[in-house]
Amino acid sequence: MSARIGIVGVGHTRFGNSSEYDLADVMAYAATDALIDAGILEKRREVDQVIVGNMASGLFCNQTSVASSLVSRMDMEPVPAELVENGPASGASAVKVGYMAIASGMADVALVVGGEIMRKVSGWRATDVVATMLHTEAEYAMGLTLPSFGGMFARLYMERYGCTERDLALIAVKDHANGALNKYAHVQTPCTIEAIADSATAHVVNNYVAEPLRIYSTCPVTDGAAALVLANMDSPKAKLFKQKPVRIAGVASATDTHCVHNRRDPLYLDAVRIAGEKAYAMAGVGPKDISFAELHDAFVILELAISEELGLFERGKAYLAVREGATAINGRLPINPSGGLKAKGHPVGATGVSQIVELARQLRGEVEPGRQVKDPKYGMAVNFGGFGNNVVATICAKD
Amino acid sequence: MAIDPIEAKLRPPALPITPYPAKMITLANGEIMVVREAKREEVGVLLGTVYPLIGVPADYYDIVAARMYEELLGWYRYRTANEFVLVGAIDGVIAGIVTSRSVSPKLGMSLHTLTIKRGLRVGAQLFAAKMEDHIEFQGADEVWIVAESPNGWRRWMIEYELEDRSHLYPDVRHELGGVPTFALTRKLWDAVKASKCTGVRPVPPAILATASKLKMPNEYPQIPGFKR
Repeated sequence: MSARIGIVGVGHTRFGNSSEYDLADVMAYAATDALIDAGILEKRREVDQVIVGNMASGLFCNQTSVASSLVSRMDMEPVPAELVENGPASGASAVKVGYMAIASGMADVALVVGGEIMRKVSGWRATDVVATMLHTEAEYAMGLTLPSFGGMFARLYMERYGCTERDLALIAVKDHANGALNKYAHVQTPCTIEAIADSATAHVVNNYVAEPLRIYSTCPVTDGAAALVLANMDSPKAKLFKQKPVRIAGVASATDTHCVHNRRDPLYLDAVRIAGEKAYAMAGVGPKDISFAELHDAFVILELAISEELGLFERGKAYLAVREGATAINGRLPINPSGGLKAKGHPVGATGVSQIVELARQLRGEVEPGRQVKDPKYGMAVNFGGFGNNVVATICAKD
Repeated sequence: MAIDPIEAKLRPPALPITPYPAKMITLANGEIMVVREAKREEVGVLLGTVYPLIGVPADYYDIVAARMYEELLGWYRYRTANEFVLVGAIDGVIAGIVTSRSVSPKLGMSLHTLTIKRGLRVGAQLFAAKMEDHIEFQGADEVWIVAESPNGWRRWMIEYELEDRSHLYPDVRHELGGVPTFALTRKLWDAVKASKCTGVRPVPPAILATASKLKMPNEYPQIPGFKR
């Protein structure tokens, strides 16, 4: 990997309810934003490759071939375009494929766009669509959904390590505090520990979704898109860009058993650990070098488990770090300064790209006051496909 | 006060309405919402709160607001029998309104739920309070319910697992008409109330005093840039 590959443009829609819009239009909005940021909107045919991350537009929107639609919306023909699908990790997988396209020498500039419109269908239908990534006979046919897996995972974690429902609520409070400051976040309302855990009315205000997970332990159903312009910084095209690049220092993925019950321990997320180790090795850094992280907290329990697999905290101890405020924006290792999936939202195909947009904006030092990580050097993102069976880890650096 | 004889004939017969004791709920963002009965003399501030939403087609706010406007007038001017109005107020500012009425001592007819403040389950809490009022305080055995918006359908028909009575049409038909009638029975209520309905009583006097002076909202998330 001799090429220096950088992020030279970022784009993002306001996450939330965009169900009255066409998916390709929403992705085009983010893509345009990224091309403007890179300074190449008028020269957009300098892009050598368009890559789209999307999980299930065929099921959510009755719409397929969205990469082709996007190129046409953007008036970018004949630039080649392909779709990458890896469940809720489609976005980060698309970034990885963009990286590979440049590293291979087939492209110097890649436009990577992740997008999903989930709210054209009911929340129940959206949950069902997402559940189609589970094993058809062993899991889906038994009625399992992602929230039910999250609930069982949380229950086991709590019993084994002593974490409580209140600890999960503390993560939500932290994430919502960050999301309230993020202009792109779906939920921009802070919540208090008193209201969602301690008060006499908390059990209804913060009701169960999949016990012990409650509404404030679970991400909302969200629409939105995010985009990145990636470039080989050693190519002649590097001079086209107005932004100083944020370098992609490491990107790696790993898989695990499709069926969760086949794993050596249901709480061990081996794909996270292996992807993280490979990304660290590629970047030449370790957990202690990470300034902040964007972790896939579709259920807040995953923020704890993923941070432990990455070596950011000792196994079974991450909730204690949350109690101490270590993961808050002014803590020693801020996690999910964007608000995470919990508050920023989780449009499944967009999430991985959105996480890396956040890494780039944080490393550029340009996020909103109050949620800017102090002097960050390395940011790390983990995008979690399936229930941890196909995971992408990305490390970005400020050079 | 003497009532004109023709006016007296026009007014519907009235069932006694059992008072609904005020309660308070700590919303997720820490704000305290007081849920209480609206008073007749507050109809002006209620109408002024509802009116701007008549022009908002998204999520059927226009239909719900227009119908609620009529229901508030009907309540105030004695053209709707046995109606009650509950209001949710945060620091006195109206966050949501529900309307309903008793058809008979044993049957409630849920009218409308209008949420102004979004994202904090204000509507869910107010709808639950309305059902609580019907079944726990008015003594109804069931409440008939319809939904005009998809959000309403998700909140009430699915979350409460309401009984579908649409196959009994026209013998069972909600007064709002046009949409299928569902029912919340006492048995269903008993099954869900612990997880759906909450509130602390009594409300401390200082908080109740603030909630006693209702104010129209100055911001509507449904109407960006709204100015009163």
